[in-house]
Formats: sequence, C-alpha cells, structure tokens
Amino acid sequence: MRPFDYQRAERFEHAAQLVGEDGTRLLAGGTNLIDLMKLQVETPQTLVDIGRLSLGTIAEEGDGLRIGALATNTATAVDPRVRRDYPVLARAILAGATQQLRNKATTAGNLCQRTRCYNFTNIDQPCNKREPGSGCGAIKGIARLHAVLGTSDQCIATYPGDMAVALAALDARVEISGERRSRSVRLRDFHRLPGDTPWRDNVLDAGEVITAVTLPAPVGGIQLYRKVRERSSYAFALVSVAAVIGIEENRFTRADLAFGGLAHKPWHDPRLAELLVGSEPSLALFDKAADLLLEDARGYGENDFKIPLARRTLAAVLCEATGVEP
Amino acid sequence: MAISINGQDYPLPADPRTSLLDFLRREAGLTGTKKGCDHGQCGACTVLVGGVRINSCLSLAVTHEGDEVTTIEGLGTLAAPGAMQAAFVAHDGFQCGYCTPGQICSATAMLQEIAAGWPSDATEDLDAAPALTDAEIRERMSGNLCRCGAYPNIVAAIRDVAGAEA
Ligand SMILES: Cc1cc2nc3c(=O)[nH]c(=O)nc-3n(C[C@H](O)[C@H](O)[C@H](O)COP(=O)(O)OP(=O)(O)OC[C@H]3O[C@@H](n4cnc5c(N)ncnc54)[C@H](O)[C@@H]3O)c2cc1C
Ligand code: SF4
Ligand code: FES
Ligand code: FES
Repeated sequence: MRPFDYQRAERFEHAAQLVGEDGTRLLAGGTNLIDLMKLQVETPQTLVDIGRLSLGTIAEEGDGLRIGALATNTATAVDPRVRRDYPVLARAILAGATQQLRNKATTAGNLCQRTRCYNFTNIDQPCNKREPGSGCGAIKGIARLHAVLGTSDQCIATYPGDMAVALAALDARVEISGERRSRSVRLRDFHRLPGDTPWRDNVLDAGEVITAVTLPAPVGGIQLYRKVRERSSYAFALVSVAAVIGIEENRFTRADLAFGGLAHKPWHDPRLAELLVGSEPSLALFDKAADLLLEDARGYGENDFKIPLARRTLAAVLCEATGVEP
Repeated sequence: MAISINGQDYPLPADPRTSLLDFLRREAGLTGTKKGCDHGQCGACTVLVGGVRINSCLSLAVTHEGDEVTTIEGLGTLAAPGAMQAAFVAHDGFQCGYCTPGQICSATAMLQEIAAGWPSDATEDLDAAPALTDAEIRERMSGNLCRCGAYPNIVAAIRDVAGAEA
C-alpha cells in the first residue's frame, strides 16, 4: 500500500472541503477502498475518514424512508421498516457479501464500490477505467463477469453490487451534498454507462459526498430478489433480478424490474413495465419482456451465457411472482 | 489515542497503513487472529469490534481509536476455554486449526445475531424470528472458509453451544 495522509473528518463541511482536492478519497467502511489500496489500484494521497460523522440514521421522511450514507448494510437489512415495507432491499443486501463485510459496508460505499473486472484490479493489465487510454484488457480477454448491455468499445465492466439493483427497482433517490450545492438524483440515473469516459462510474463530481438514499412511500406488492452466482453464497452476481410486482384480477398493476450483472449500472428498462402492466401474466408475455430487455444485448465470448441466463432468470422471477407454471 | 483489545489499551500505530489485523499480530503480539487472504475473502481474520464481527484485514487500525476489540484470546484461555472454544474441541471442529480463531469469533457473534432476530439470506420469513437450522448456520458462517473442510463438525459445535444456551 502506498503511504497516505490520514485525516479524520470531524464535521461534514470538513469532509466536503477535503474531498474536492486532487488525490483525496473518502473512507467509509473501507471494505472496497482498502482492498483496492492494497492492490495499488487506488493510491490516494489523502484519506478522509468519514466513519465518525453522524450520517448513519435510518428515519421516516414524509411517506418514505431515509437511509443515511453511513448506515451499515446490516443496519439497513435488519431495520424492521425495511423488512416490512421494502423487502426486496433487505433481500438484495442479505444476498451480498458476508455478515462480516455487511457489518462494515455502508450505503454510500456500497453504491460507489468499483467493478470486480480482473483487469481493473490487476495493475499489470491494461484498463481504460484504471488508466485512461491504456486499452481494455477484458474485450477479447477474460470477460466472464462482464456486461452484455450498454457496453462501449472502451469498457465492458459491470457494476457488481446487489443493493443498488433493489434500489433501482424501488426508484430510490441519492442525496448528494457538496461544498456549494446539494442535489438529489434518481438511483436509476446515478451510475453511468462507460461510453468514452469509463473511469467515471457515476455522476458524482469532485467534492461531492453522498449523504443519504431516500425511498418513496411503500408500494407493497410481491417483492423478490433473485441472484444467480457461481456458488450459493459469498459470490458476486452473474445475473440478478429485483422485482416489485403488483397483480390485480390476474393483470399486472405494477412491474418494476431492475437487473444486476448485465451492465455498468443497475439496468432498468422502462419499456418492460409498459409492456407488462395491464396484461395477463403468461410465459409468452414473459418471453416478450425478455426479448425487449435483451434486444441490444451483445456477448463478448466468455459472457455469452449471460444473455440466455438473463432470459431464464427473468422468467423464473415473473413465474414466482405470478404463480404461472414455469 | 488508544485501542482497547481484550480489555487492555494499546497505543495507535504510527503508520496509518497498518490494518487492524497486522496491528493485532505485530504490535499487540496477539497472533491468534490469522491472515488468510488479506482481502476479505476468507474470514480467518474475523474479530469482534464492539461485539460486532468484522474482517480485521480490511480495516485500518487508526480508525479504531476508542473501540473495544475482542480477539480469540479474549474469548477464553487454555485453562478456562470459552463455551464455543470448548465445543470446537469436543466436536473436532478443525483439522489444521488455521481458520479456527476466525470461525470461533464469527460463531460467537452469529449466535448473538440470531438472538437479536437478524435475518439472513437463508431466512424464509423476514418478519419471523430466524430458526437455527443447519441451512441458517451454513449461510451465516459462509464468510469463514475452511480449507480442511471441517464444516460438518463446525456446524455441530455451533449447534451444541446454541442448544446449551437455549
Ligand atoms: C470478498 C467480498 C465479497 C463481496 N461480495 C459482494 C456481493 O456479493 N454483493 C455486493 O453488493 N457487494 C459485495 N462486496 C462489496 C461490498 O459490498 C463493498 O465493499 C461495500 O459495500 C463497500 O462499502 P464501504 O462502506 O466499505 O465502502 P468503502 O470501501 O469505504 O468505499 C468505497 C468507495 O465509496 C466511496 N465513498 C464512501 N462513502 C462515500 C460517500 N458518503 N460519498 C461519496 N463517496 C463515498 C469511497 O471513497 C470509495 O471510493 C464484497 C466485498 C468483498 C471484499
Ligand atoms: S472492462 Fe472496463 S474495467 Fe475491465 S479492463 Fe476493460 S476498461 Fe478496464
Ligand atoms: S485475511 Fe481477512 S478475510 Fe482473509
Ligand atoms: S481447520 Fe484447516 S482451514 Fe479450517
């Protein structure tokens, strides 16, 4: 690990001021950043420890729920309101990592965790995300974990997390504060596609700090998170589906779906709800939804399997939610 | 400017790069906590901070100023082993023993988590009190790998302690 200057932020303003400077990184739970610092993928000159700021509260706000940036993944998953009103979120968190990691991992750190692309984490390999202009070692290389939607010729990495996939289905918002302004963006717009600037994972600007995630009023319905992975626990998703489904009189009244493991961001395609809502559930309909979702999907060899896997996982989730026989 | 480990205060390290794991082993001389992967992937370094289990390899010691850390040495001694330590011995819950301190710290915290009603990925009903099934124990212990494959006996040891407490 490269040497760095350690600073503990005592006040929020202090953190926001420091993080605007070049070579500075915020330290929350550290489970991703310290890992990457050991690999010298991250080499901050200054590490600003925000762990003791009071940003960990989970509280009702309006009809919804506000989850502080520093609330641990465990605190969120065990919160009785989350378990009762947003079970897809509790399920997605519990499907990720391990208890030890979730006890340290925070809301904001989880959103900002970096890709698990093996070239990104190996400084001997070319990677446009780590070192702009060096090339992409995954295209035509080891690409089993990689994206099939929204890729660019610069980068085909995936956003690896689970929690954010559920937050995309729930249409949560991310609260962001900087030294000068505060803003709020939809989670669905928080992560970016790689395009020509793959080094930017999300829309945070220099000097901006995530302060919370807010959930809209509970919508009930059937909420499912299905994660397909190489082993049944302690592994990242190959494909995952978060679903918030409403059914009345055998017709969809709600079909908010988001997908993990397919793209550089939790994937949400508004056309799926447009297709499903108002229709009667059937295998033929689920197939049409998968056609729409995967219309522009493209494999890179090793990850070709993700396209049929996404189709089957979507069908399995919709069958489970609606009772249609698979 | 100190970290409390098993009830004793230790001064913070001079180098902020020091992980809590390296601090325990090198600076506090408590070598019970083991380094397997150093990347959060094996659980050998599991310790309790304020009673909560974490991977000490992915945490910087300087961030733990004022925290109370419990390591395997704090859970019992050879003469007076803790309940989980004794159960691991009674059930042969290890072979080489390298993963064992992490397993025991993890299992100790896990029983408290179940008692507190925390759900896991294996919990069927998020609102009900979790049951202590083998599936639950295995999922909750999935952050502790054992290269010797002592898993069945680890589950038996944990069941034994849980039964005795229930
Ligand atoms: C072995 C292993 C397995 C894992 N498996 C899974 C899995 O299956 N599913 C899953 O979803 N995750 C998994 N994870 C990842 C884990 O969830 C993340 O490491 C964790 O959520 C990161 O949170 P943190 O608080 O520790 O972040 P940190 O490591 O502290 O920070 C991560 C990034 O977020 C930035 N950041 C932190 N707080 C803020 C803020 N308030 N504003 C702006 N930026 C901020 C940091 O600067 C840093 O760049 C795994 C990790 C490991 C090591
Ligand atoms: S896929 Fe993206 S992260 Fe992976 S090597 Fe290519 S540019 Fe880097
Ligand atoms: S040494 Fe910490 S998890 Fe492996
Ligand atoms: S007893 Fe050898 S690794 Fe577990």
